[in-house]
Amino acid sequence: MAAKSRILVLGATSAIAERWCRLRAAAGDSLLLVARDGDRLAAIADDLKARGAGDVQTATEDLADTDGADGRFSGWVQNLGGVDIVLLAYGTLGDQQEAQRDTAALLKGMQANFTSAVVWCELAGRALDLAGAGTLVAISSVAGDRGRRTNYAYGAAKAGLSTYLEGMSHRFAGTGVTVICVKPGFVATPMTAQIDGRDGALWATPDQVAQDIQKAVEKRKPEIYTRWFWRFVMLIIRHLPRPIFNRLKI
Amino acid sequence: MTAREDTGVRAWGRVHRGRHLVADPAARPDIAAAAHATAAAGGTTLARGLGRSYGDSGLNLGGGLVRMAGVDRLIAFDRERGLLRADAGVSLDALLRVTVPSGWFLPVTPGTKFVTLGGAVANDVHGKNHHLAGTFGRHVTRLGLWRSDRGDGGGELVCSAEENADLFALTVGGLGLTGLITWVEFRLERIASSDLDVENIQVDDLDAFFDMAEPSADWPFTVAWVDTLARGDGLGRGIFSRARWGDGGGLKAHRGGGPRMPVDAPGGLLNSVTVGAFNRLYRSRPGARFHGRQHYDPFFYPLDRLRDWNRMYGPRGFYQWQCVVPTDGMREATRTLLDTVAASGDASFLAVLKTFGEVPSPGVLSFPMAGATLALDFANRGQDTLSLLARLDRVVAEAGGRLYPAKDGRLPQAMFRAGYPRWTDLEAARDPILMSSFWRRMI
Repeated sequence: MAAKSRILVLGATSAIAERWCRLRAAAGDSLLLVARDGDRLAAIADDLKARGAGDVQTATEDLADTDGADGRFSGWVQNLGGVDIVLLAYGTLGDQQEAQRDTAALLKGMQANFTSAVVWCELAGRALDLAGAGTLVAISSVAGDRGRRTNYAYGAAKAGLSTYLEGMSHRFAGTGVTVICVKPGFVATPMTAQIDGRDGALWATPDQVAQDIQKAVEKRKPEIYTRWFWRFVMLIIRHLPRPIFNRLKI
Repeated sequence: MTAREDTGVRAWGRVHRGRHLVADPAARPDIAAAAHATAAAGGTTLARGLGRSYGDSGLNLGGGLVRMAGVDRLIAFDRERGLLRADAGVSLDALLRVTVPSGWFLPVTPGTKFVTLGGAVANDVHGKNHHLAGTFGRHVTRLGLWRSDRGDGGGELVCSAEENADLFALTVGGLGLTGLITWVEFRLERIASSDLDVENIQVDDLDAFFDMAEPSADWPFTVAWVDTLARGDGLGRGIFSRARWGDGGGLKAHRGGGPRMPVDAPGGLLNSVTVGAFNRLYRSRPGARFHGRQHYDPFFYPLDRLRDWNRMYGPRGFYQWQCVVPTDGMREATRTLLDTVAASGDASFLAVLKTFGEVPSPGVLSFPMAGATLALDFANRGQDTLSLLARLDRVVAEAGGRLYPAKDGRLPQAMFRAGYPRWTDLEAARDPILMSSFWRRMI
């Protein structure tokens, strides 16, 4: 195993983030976990310590709130003693119908899934640039690959995030900094708990997604679909002619 | 939290299946809400782990089910003392990956690592080292138990041999009925290697097995596989296996993966002809006389290599059956059991024979007792299978033995009550919102 890493996790209570942190804990890495729910954060921190993580710190904060973002971010990096990997994993699925009816809900979703996310990504980019090396991994979604009636508010925010990450990856090409855009398909997590049929073939477990993320980090891949077959599913969906696409209730 | 309908929940034997109202708490603080929601929707509820109970003890058909596998955090691991505390939904599989590299192993392990800690306690599981180490419950120092009748809207209490001792004794082996087990603290066993020194020895008949078991009692792990098709002089022939932890070769946790049984095998795949052929091959393969080093994963968990192996028995599923008969008369009783199976012409694919030791369990309703235990499984062939099992039951009852609820899908009420006379204590201590399909038949 390589040297121990210092890892900042934004949205550490997300099921995918937590599972990935378990992989890193087993390798003895140090982590600083940020999320809103302090009790759950504490439980996760205990778990990661028991699994062999180095230092595990927590910060109970709302990441959708970007007030004082610069200072807060540098505070986390300082507490970690420098940063090697930043994982951005928070997000909210939201309700498409609600976003169509309620402007406040629409804006709230955009703030959580796009505006705040790119702020933290940019700050991570600055920190890694300064260090000259490191990895930013952000969890976007296959939903960003094509706007669909059932979730285009969420999809558009994730499309924006994906494009932002693509640009950052372009910017850091040929440097020691890696930017990775992770596009999960269906994942059985608390975020998707209300959806039926979660044991279907297209569904992945958070553990599988975490392992895919870990491979992408090791291989410094700029973009991954997880599970892998989503690359082909979305390739088809993106290229469906509009008359056919419009008839689909997806 | 709201309960959702799931019409496809099955027991591991796949004979029992049906509709439940389920909730999946993601962390310990969600357990209470999940219990209330599922009990409100289904009348009663029950905790479910990884669903490895073979019969109806892990089901609550038509009722609620709190699926605990998402409550899977470690709370504290003292690597100096080997004391581990973790959420009840953590699997033994996940625990071993953490503990083995630092030189600790489960004090007692069942034949699969895909069970949760809560399930291990609720069924007070045993392993190949029962004759020296006793049951899993003997190594539990404390546990958290959420009861619906504690405080306002339910609450958690800590149970141990000192604190709430009566409830602790009823919870170990209590089939999940005394409350929802939320976390478990237990002592691990120190290992110097993840390998075991293993000796597999062919035994030609039942006496040879018992003659081998006695002098092998200082080996921490002993078990035998029995060819149930052998009759007459060969009755009880099989492979006796004994092992102890090695002292070199590193501390390597098992790896994940392995193939998965993708579909149900055709019904009737496992019949006396195919099992007979398998048994001959199994007995004559080089491994049947293996002496040497083996990693713990193939030694303790050979069946874990094929995920969903229970689908081998086809769409109708199978019955597992495990008894224990007391030391006094165990040779005769075991002979009669094997005779009964051989005479039926029905083959048990997996037949495991072991002697249990005297080490007492703290559990009031714990299954093991000093004597011999025999585990069999049979493809579900309807009435034929059930009447064979009833004949086996009678042998056990006459010998003063009992059956293992976790392994049995049709354990008759009278048989259970006779084997576990203190079942009334468990019923008295049962959390009023908890119930299982099994327990409904027993009370």
